[in-house]
This record gives sequence, C-alpha cells and structure tokens, in this order.
Amino acid sequence: MVNGLEVVDLCVTYEGQSLLSHLTVRVGDEIVALLGPSGSGKSTLLRCIAGVQQPDIGCITWNGVDLLTVPAHQRSIGLVFQDPLLFPHLTVGRNISFGTKDNGRVAELLSLIRMPGYADRKPETLSGGEAQRVALARALAPQPRMLLLDEPFGALDTDLRRSLTAEVRELLKSTHTPAIHVTHDEEEAYAIADRVVHLADLQRSSPF
Amino acid sequence: MRSRGLAIAPVGVVALFLLVPVISVLFAGIRPESLHVLMESRTWRIIGFTALQALLSTVVSVALALPATYALHRLRLRLRRLTLAVLTVPFVLPTVVVGLAFRALLPESLNGTLTAIVLAHAFFNVGLVVRVVGGVWSRLDGRMQDVGRTLGMPPFSVFRRVTLPYLRPAILASTALVAMFTFTSFGVIMVLGSPAQPTIEVEIYRRTTQILDIPAAAGLALVQLVIVVVALIWSAALQRRTAMLMRQSSAPPLPMSSKVDRLCVLWTYLLALGLTIPVLALSLRSLRAGNQWSLQWYQQIAAPSGGTTRDIGAFSIVTTSLRYAALATLLAVVLGVLGAMAVQLATRRGVTLEATLLLPLGVSAVTIGFGLLLVSIHGPVDLRGWTFLVPLGQSLVAAPLVMMLLLPILRSIDPRLRFVAATLGAGPLKAWWAVDGRLIGRATVGAAGLACAVSLGEFGATAFLARVDEPTIPLQIVRLLGRPGEANFGSATALAVVLLAITAVVLTATDRGRTQW
Repeated sequence: MVNGLEVVDLCVTYEGQSLLSHLTVRVGDEIVALLGPSGSGKSTLLRCIAGVQQPDIGCITWNGVDLLTVPAHQRSIGLVFQDPLLFPHLTVGRNISFGTKDNGRVAELLSLIRMPGYADRKPETLSGGEAQRVALARALAPQPRMLLLDEPFGALDTDLRRSLTAEVRELLKSTHTPAIHVTHDEEEAYAIADRVVHLADLQRSSPF
Repeated sequence: MRSRGLAIAPVGVVALFLLVPVISVLFAGIRPESLHVLMESRTWRIIGFTALQALLSTVVSVALALPATYALHRLRLRLRRLTLAVLTVPFVLPTVVVGLAFRALLPESLNGTLTAIVLAHAFFNVGLVVRVVGGVWSRLDGRMQDVGRTLGMPPFSVFRRVTLPYLRPAILASTALVAMFTFTSFGVIMVLGSPAQPTIEVEIYRRTTQILDIPAAAGLALVQLVIVVVALIWSAALQRRTAMLMRQSSAPPLPMSSKVDRLCVLWTYLLALGLTIPVLALSLRSLRAGNQWSLQWYQQIAAPSGGTTRDIGAFSIVTTSLRYAALATLLAVVLGVLGAMAVQLATRRGVTLEATLLLPLGVSAVTIGFGLLLVSIHGPVDLRGWTFLVPLGQSLVAAPLVMMLLLPILRSIDPRLRFVAATLGAGPLKAWWAVDGRLIGRATVGAAGLACAVSLGEFGATAFLARVDEPTIPLQIVRLLGRPGEANFGSATALAVVLLAITAVVLTATDRGRTQW
C-alpha cells in the first residue's frame, strides 16, 4: 500500500488533442515541485487530482483508495490558482471561512499569513501578494489532506515571489500539508520543494 | 469645443421627440379633474391587477428561462444557434399576433384568464432573460466554481454561494425589464384578457376611445408613468448595490457532467419546442374552416364580402401597414443613431445616461400614442387624422430599441482608431465616417430591420393615432376579434399569419446586421 497520493497511467485528451499521456506520479508526505513549460498539461493534472476535471483513463488513489469516484467537494484536496479568485462579495474573513464551519480558524490563519486585522477588509482593497496569501489561507482553512498550487506566484513580481516562496514553504510545513507546486521557474521549484520533478519525465510517451 | 455642440444638438432633437408625449401626459394628468380618477376604487383594483399579472409573468418568465440560460451559455449544446434563435425571436413578434396565437392554442376555458396572460407574457420574455443573464453567465470564470468545490462545497451550495451572487445584478436587470414590459403590456391583454378585468393600459384606451373621458385617461397615464419611473430608479439602485467585480473570462462551454446538466439541456430543448407551438397552432387554425382544411379565411380577407365600410381588403391594409412602417423605420433609425451617438459622446465626457437610456424603453407604447393624441387635440394645430402621426408614434416606440442595439457597438470602438484616422490626415467628419460610420453601418441595417418589424406589429401607439378607415394589420386583427362569429375569428388568424410572414421576411433579410443581438 502506498501512503498519500498515487496517480497511475493518467491520460487526458481535449477535442482530439492529447494533454497528458500515461502519466504516473506518487506524492507522499512532502512538497513536490512540478516543472514544465506552459501548455504542457500541468494544470490539467492538478484539475484531475482536485476532481474538477475527469481523466479519460488512468487511476488516482489516496492511501490506496480510489479517488476518481469521489466528487471534488468530498476529496479534501485544496486548489490554489495563479489568480487569487477571491469571492468579491465576501470580506477577507468570510473568504477564509468559506470552506469551514470553524470561524475561530480565521484569526489563526490570518496571523499565519502575517495579515492580522484584515478580516473585515474587502478583497478589492488588497494588493496582489496579499490577495494570493488570503487565497492560500482560504484553501488551508478546511485542513485539506493535500494542497495543489498552480503557479500561485505567476502573476507577482520577482521580489514578492521570492519572499512568498519561503513563506509558503513554512506555512505548508507548519500545517503538515503535503503539496504539489506547479511552476515553470526552476529556482522557485528548488526553493519551495523537497523534491523536484519534470512533467515530461512522468509520462511514458510524451505527445511532444 | 466644437464637438460639444455636435453632441448637444442630437440629444436635444431626440429628447424633444421622445419627451413630447411624456410631457403632454404630465400636463394633462396633473389637473384635478384627471387626478380625480385616483379616488375611484375601480382604479386601484385595476392597478392591483396590472401589478399582479406583471409580477406573475415576471416570476414565470425568469424561472422558465434560468435553466435554459445555463445550458445555452455554459454547456456544449447541439443546435445551440437554432435553439437560441427560437427562444429569442418571440420578443419581436407582434403582440396581438401572439395574443391571438395563444387564443388559438388554449382551450376556451382559459380565454380571458390570468393564466393565459401570464403564459403569453412568458412566451415573449423568456428570450430576453436568456440574453441578459446569459451574457453575464458566459463570462463567469469557471475556476471560481472550482474553488468553491475544492473548498468542500457540494454543487448546489456552490451555485447558491458563488454563482448566484455573481448573477444577481443580471437577474435583477432582466427582472426589471420583464416587469416593465409586462406592466405596460397592451396588445396581449387586449386580445387575451377579460374585458371585466382591464389593466391600466387597457383602461386608458377604454376611457379615451369608448367613454371619451380624456381627463381620467390622462390621470391613469400619469399614474402608470410614475410607477414605471419609480420602479426603474429602484431597480437601478438595487443593481448598483449588488454589482461586483468578479473575474471574467471566456470559458469554453463544458460537456454535460451531471444529472442537473442533463435536465437543464432537456429543459432547454423542451422550452424551445414549446415556444414554437403557439405559432404552429395559429397557422393551423387559419387553415381550418368548419371542420376541414381550407383557404377560406385567406380568400375572405383578400376580398371581404360584407360590403360595409368596416371591411377593408387585406391588400389595402397591408399596403397601409407597409407605408407606415417604412416611414417609421426611417425616422426610428435617424432618432436611434443620433440618440446612441449623443449618449456615447456624453458618456465620454463623463456623464452617465444609463437611466435616461432606459426611460424611453419604459415609456409604454400607450403613453406615446395617448400623449401624441393629446398633442394633436390640444396642440396649436389640430393634427387629428394627420397621416404622419401613426409612423411618428411607431418610430418613438422603435427608436429606443435601435439605440440599445447600436450603443454597445459604438462603445466597443477603440477611440485610438479615430486618432489614427486623424493622424493620417482625415478631418473630423471623415475620421468619424472612416471609423464609426463603417462599423455602425452594418449594425444599422440590422437595427432598421428590427425597427421595421416592431413598427409593423406596433399596436399600443397606433391604436390611438390611426384613422378608422386606414387600419394597420394589428388594428384590423383586434377589430375583427371584437366582432362575434367564426368568420371574424378565422379572418383574424389569416391576417395574423400574413403579418407573421411579413415580419419573418423583414427580420431574415436584415439578420446579418444583428448577429450581435
């Protein structure tokens, strides 16, 4: 039996085009950085693991239990995109507590992302880096068994990206959350992860 | 700046034209003898029924439309263009034809009931809701919903807590439009409603033409105007309060992925099928005489046998209608283009005219017709029976639609294009023509087609302004329905099919200019 996530022989096509071909990867209690050029199917892989997209063939399991038959909202796998995608009609605090009934966690998470006192702010008043940190806190609030980060710093400038990289690694480690971090920046990959893999190496016959 | 004068002149012209009927209603309605009508309990019963039928019609229209809006704008759908066309075409069909179609379709027991009115109103307005809400829904970033789902929300909660707040302003906007249109509906109620249960519009018409109590009619018209304006302001405020900046994208439509998706798709096809039934029922009914198939009604409208002055041949009615509609179209396009340009220029100078834009849409056809009638009676010159009154009234009904069609196109033009044209040596007029003129040109053809279709089927304003011996097709249909007997009903259905056919030709011929709608 495998501990954690196991993806075996995953294939995804979209309108006749192969996006992922026979991809296999295992992620235990660790942070894995996934490198690959844009358009190589990194986002597709994350979407399949999170359950918001269905693969054509292959299987995805957690601790040996099939995940594909579990709908997204019951998988307990968080997803953070390149854009923060905060709910504009809710305050920062309500955004963070969106996926959890435990309102006490809001203050705790706000201090973890070093933004205490932001609970009543509206998302449109935040800077890009602040919004992305709130998105991260929101994804961590329901205590997911794993977090998927899809180029979360892609829209930020270089300095901010560096400081956030360290911050996020610390955050994931302190909450004991395993993660897959997708990026096309090698420096960032090695800074954040315990292990770095290239998407092309995971696939048996790459379409490219 | 010279262009400021250019901006103000068309605003003035358009405002003058559109406001004349409103102002004359205001002046006539504000007198004590007019406001006396508010003391009658009958008046309040009528206002109550008008509001009730509008409320029910709006709720039913929105409820029927929302699942189809989802399927048409978020899911991959076979025959999508055709389905969307079937859902949206009813909006421009002549009101009396639709009313008659429902009379041909529904059993006699439903004739004159609230149910019949609500069904016919839903038939008209489902497409409007699909368009207004769909335009927004299709731009919602699908990842917003993904975020909700990965945070542990089941699909319905995601809809309620993520999608619905985003759609709320659009749903409110379409609700306000449908409520406004059904509150001021006239043709449908004249044909489908019960004489014992009039709406405000019907009562204004009855008081004007049957009891000749013009002051009371003016009082009612004023009440109606006030209600519409208050409702518009309230809905604009509501929309502003719920408006929000949600991330937008052009997400590709997704394949069906759940039972709910499949139900929505099924619902969309059923709805489209359902919307074709009234028109089919009308066409079939026009071919039935006695208990067999026949062209009898068509022969009868071509050469009426009655011999009285009231029986006018279809040829002359169609000619009258076309003549009026042609003039009205010309005028509506001129007013609409000028109005759209004026609003656009004013907007660029920081003035928001959104509410002013909606107002002419909210002014009902009956108000326009009644207002112009008042001007023609009390104005400096007696204009009653003047040939241009009918096309003038029709153009005032159609012009706001032309404006609504052209404005988004004008707004989408990158102003830098004009600077480019100017730096290439074009004078202001030439630059305008090279950039705006060309782009509006094609859309104007489409808008003209719509204006023509609306004018042809226009009933509310025309009913007040037309001469008895020169009816348009919709007027003649209502007149025939007012007389008893199968022959009159049959003739009305035949005339209605003729009007439908002409409308279809006009809309099809100008369709290419309207692809944006």
